[in-house]
Amino acid sequence: MHLGLSESMRDCEYSQISTRTSTPMETPYKKKTPKKRKWESFPGRNKFYCNGRIMMAKQTGVFYLTLVLILVTCGLFFTFDCPFLALQLTPAIPVIGGALFLFVLGTLLRTSFSDPGVLPRATPDETADLERQIDGANGSTSYRPPPRTKEVAINGQTVKLKYCFTCKIFRPPRTSHCSLCDNCVERFDHHCPWVGNCVGRRNYRFFYMFILSLSFLTIFIFAFVITHVIILGLSGFHTYLISSNQTTNEDIKGSWSSKRGKDNYNPYSHGNIFTNCCVALCGPLPPSLIDRRGFIQSETPQLAPPTNGIAMYGATQSQQSHMCDQDQCIQSTKFVLQAAASPLLQQSVEPIILATCLDDGGSLPGRTSLPLGEPCNSLPLVGQPTPPTSNPNLSCHEPAEMLPIHGHGHPHPGVHHHHFLTPEEVPSPPGILPCGSPMGHNHGMPASFYNPASQDSLHEDSVRGLVKLSSV
Amino acid sequence: MTPPPLTPTNHRKVQLSHITTHSLQDLRQQAAVAAKVFIQRDYTNGTVCQFQTKFPSELETRIDKQQFEETVRTLNNLYAEAEKLGGQSYLEGCLACLTAYTVFLCMETHYEKVLKKIAKYIQEQNDKIYAPRGLLLTDPIERGLRVIEVTLFEDRSLGR
Repeated sequence: MHLGLSESMRDCEYSQISTRTSTPMETPYKKKTPKKRKWESFPGRNKFYCNGRIMMAKQTGVFYLTLVLILVTCGLFFTFDCPFLALQLTPAIPVIGGALFLFVLGTLLRTSFSDPGVLPRATPDETADLERQIDGANGSTSYRPPPRTKEVAINGQTVKLKYCFTCKIFRPPRTSHCSLCDNCVERFDHHCPWVGNCVGRRNYRFFYMFILSLSFLTIFIFAFVITHVIILGLSGFHTYLISSNQTTNEDIKGSWSSKRGKDNYNPYSHGNIFTNCCVALCGPLPPSLIDRRGFIQSETPQLAPPTNGIAMYGATQSQQSHMCDQDQCIQSTKFVLQAAASPLLQQSVEPIILATCLDDGGSLPGRTSLPLGEPCNSLPLVGQPTPPTSNPNLSCHEPAEMLPIHGHGHPHPGVHHHHFLTPEEVPSPPGILPCGSPMGHNHGMPASFYNPASQDSLHEDSVRGLVKLSSV
Repeated sequence: MTPPPLTPTNHRKVQLSHITTHSLQDLRQQAAVAAKVFIQRDYTNGTVCQFQTKFPSELETRIDKQQFEETVRTLNNLYAEAEKLGGQSYLEGCLACLTAYTVFLCMETHYEKVLKKIAKYIQEQNDKIYAPRGLLLTDPIERGLRVIEVTLFEDRSLGR
């Protein structure tokens, strides 16, 4: 701005006459020949670039460091975090980040490259005049005159104006001489090495906007890096859980941690990470068991006990106390019959521990084993413990019903033919049941009785029964 | 002797006329010991650019006190207008900030506009009032807005 005005003044060659010692005749012609620009003979310790358009302090190393830090940090953020965040969250993130980054860069460059408000040094005439005024009657001094101050009342407040020996002027209020740049700067704030320049009247606003926008940029990047890390961390954590076939709950409790015991290991793990991952991600998806859209049946006392069959694995005494032991025994027998009627006839024999029903109602044998290959004529059921033909829900309370269906005279003697399953061996999904025989059993049980839903409930009931049995 | 207004077309003509003016000035400069008077800044109202209106004693013989004070007062008003805080300056500042200061590539700031006005005023004053009296006002911008430099030439009658 200032330079522009001097250009126009130079054109009319008006004021230069009184101050230049060069002959005026030369001046108009000199304009054609390349003249030195003022910055080339600038008395302060500044560096100029772009033919005087850019002005910086002498030491600019730290400024380049600032520039590198900002560029590298933002570069890394845009390269690594932004694609991920743009996809996961919103593409507005790189846009806002980019705008903020450009603003930071713009204000930094503006602060660093502009004139902070340097006061030009006094001309020799001015100096002479000033010295004359101060010295007064004294002759010219060979030694430096004593420090001079001028007092001025500004809006009621007395302010001392100091004389600057370097610039040979009385400094205006709020002006200070920067020793690094060797200039008097108006409204001098400080010399900032990070921007490589003084901060004064002309570039203070850019400096402020630079540090403000930089704070926002820092917070912005930090917040999103943390978000990225959290998302990554969570995925990483669950990747670990999947690969070791653990639940978060188990991990937190340390159920399968080796810290619990030397031989403590996760029994559900399939052994290798790959299998565990495959099972978790590509394994069969079990159906919903709660039958949300099913219709409520009219009340008949055929509802299964309120508790879930699976929960009965850990059945406590309190649950069992709901029913009398006799009931339990009868129930259990029925369940056993059902469970044993699964196609385990062809299965290899596994001795099963069957708890004795100690009550008076109990007459089950303590232990039985199923001889392999013995045809069990009494078992009409095939495959899974299927329900009797017309009654999908296993009733615990009518043992008598079951007997004719099974074709037994009595449940007890036939029991020993059956293959009893321990709770652990009771298969959960039908598919996993080691089914030795296909659906077409040689006893010719029609497969039409197969009903998955009822099978499940029946299965659960039988499991329940067995557990109860074992716990008696 | 009024130099014509400077335009790119008549620049050459102006140069020629200035040669004559310069030679005149040159004579004055070479002949007379040019004395200089410096009108200092007035800081009683803070850091706003104002100059002291006190009439320097050296000029007493040369020019009318009222005239001089009028000149300085007008200059003070012009500088106050340049630095005025008002709706227009805020608007300009906000617009500049929003456009990342690129707007100044095509537009000049309010301050710059007023400085041009000041330059024209000083030139006009010099031509009309001061030059005939053997005085020359220097635009304060040439002196870093520190002083108004008044150059005194030997009093010679100027025919042209």
